[in-house]
Amino acid sequence: MSDLAALIVAFPMLFSVVALLAGLVRQETGWPVAVVGMAVQVLVAAALANRAFEETIRYVVGGFSAPYGIELVVDGLSATMVLLVAVISLAVLAYSRVAGPRTNAFYAVYLLLVGGLTGMSITGDVFNMYVFLEITGLAAYALVASGDGGRSALAALKYLIVGTIGASLFLLGIGYAYIATGTLNMVDLSQQLAEVGYTDPLVQASFALLVVGLFVKVAVFPLHAWQPDAYAGAPDSVSAFISALVSTVAAYALIRIVYTVFTVEFLQANPVAQTLLAAGAVVSIVFGSVLAVSQNEIKRTLAYSSVSQFGIVVGAVALANETAMIGATIHLVGHAVMKGGLFLTVGLIATASGARAVDDYEGLIQQLPLGAGVFGVLALSMVGVPPAVGFVGKWYVVLGAVEAEAWPLVVVILASTMLTLAYFARVLERIFFRDPDGGRVDVSRLSIGMQVTVVVAALAAVALGMLAFEYGQMLQPTVAELLA
Amino acid sequence: MIEFLASRSYFLVAFLLTGIGTYMLIGNANLIKKIIGMNVFQTGIFLFFIASAFVEGASPPLLTASAPYVSPLPHVLILTAIVVGVSLTAVALGLIVRINDAYGTLREGEIQEVIPDE
Repeated sequence: MSDLAALIVAFPMLFSVVALLAGLVRQETGWPVAVVGMAVQVLVAAALANRAFEETIRYVVGGFSAPYGIELVVDGLSATMVLLVAVISLAVLAYSRVAGPRTNAFYAVYLLLVGGLTGMSITGDVFNMYVFLEITGLAAYALVASGDGGRSALAALKYLIVGTIGASLFLLGIGYAYIATGTLNMVDLSQQLAEVGYTDPLVQASFALLVVGLFVKVAVFPLHAWQPDAYAGAPDSVSAFISALVSTVAAYALIRIVYTVFTVEFLQANPVAQTLLAAGAVVSIVFGSVLAVSQNEIKRTLAYSSVSQFGIVVGAVALANETAMIGATIHLVGHAVMKGGLFLTVGLIATASGARAVDDYEGLIQQLPLGAGVFGVLALSMVGVPPAVGFVGKWYVVLGAVEAEAWPLVVVILASTMLTLAYFARVLERIFFRDPDGGRVDVSRLSIGMQVTVVVAALAAVALGMLAFEYGQMLQPTVAELLA
Repeated sequence: MIEFLASRSYFLVAFLLTGIGTYMLIGNANLIKKIIGMNVFQTGIFLFFIASAFVEGASPPLLTASAPYVSPLPHVLILTAIVVGVSLTAVALGLIVRINDAYGTLREGEIQEVIPDE
């Protein structure tokens, strides 16, 4: 039964090869293969999550016992990520059947990305995490480039160069930790780093390199420069998929590195490390929002919004208490659903009306009530209007900040709600309170799959808000162990 | 100081390479040269790992050789990292071919001029 931990990484990769080979026999057969693969993935992920919340699953790959071999570890947090990745990738497939891209190569890379993300979520070995980080990266670059024309290729190249620097810094950080301890297993590393001493320069440098490397992948300001171009240049299905999952899993990796490898004691011994995280969070929240307000293209607004929202998650990591960590996890899940949903909605609106700039959205409620309504629900959820999930995540993080008596962070996170409102209000005002300027809307271009997916995303954003407190309690033992 | 550096010449070279690579990556306007810079940067990191495995007077990690052994693990790790690096270069060059097709140039500044205002 515990073989499932290894299979869940292998499944998507196997289906990725199947999708590619099926393309040799017949064109445009990738979609059904991907759907079957992801449906299996969701089932396996659910089975795994069901067990992981009771006790942590450990699986040793190839019979090389830990700490020498590679260990896969599934606890409540990893299980959440695995299930999130599986569900979102299945949902995006429902959207992409008609919206495309339709080539088999696209679906092969899509499934490869799912494999990489799943691997990152459950590995218990830092070098293995680097390899999955690069698999994720490579697949994401290729997906961004699957759009038409030079713009997506240029965005993908920029993403590739910046992403590679980030991953290389991560690798260098692993090198430092390895030289200090001689091990790569996360649990073993945490013990041996403690023996080396948390104030050892080698250990401190290792932490700095690993965290900065992941900051690039999470797109924390000022290391976010790749992200708006990548999201805006990619096809709509890809923007939604990548914005929902890639930075999210990178943020999960940050949590793993900071708490499982370096532990809370490291942060206590090095206040400057905590300051680094908190500073990244504050700068990200403020500048991400400010830049989001000043964008004209709606996809870029959403991209900068991600920079700001991930600031909240990084802030929670800096706080290092249970409440904030539960908040970070809920916000990661909530953000994935909301931002993925928003990108799909924007894609749906663009498919029907061609509107891609904020100004094109005038009077959209009269022309395309479905798209406009869903956009409104998801945007308000992102702002943090209760009972939607955007509220619950921020609520926990703010409570955590109050518990830690980190008043500057409390102020910034509360202000972030206003800032989020600032950039969404611009769009919502145009959608709901202006008259349409006579643009043509063609609803027949929308497939049922596209419409159902965005409606489900909006419903999920609200429903998850209701379930989130319960989920927070379920997660509590996992987080307590993580911070122990 | 000189003696200290000389005894750690491999590390010195490794970090010189990362520095040179980063400079090429940022300073060069040509996209291909940027990718070469990226490769040099990565090579510096690879060399850093390999240098860390060195043990004075040790033999190769074979059962027939006598202890002490050099550490084989960094080599294995870097073999993987090299494969990753090759794939990255391949994807990057593929993208560059497309950029060249779309804009007819590989110089950063010229591409910016060709792109319509966003």
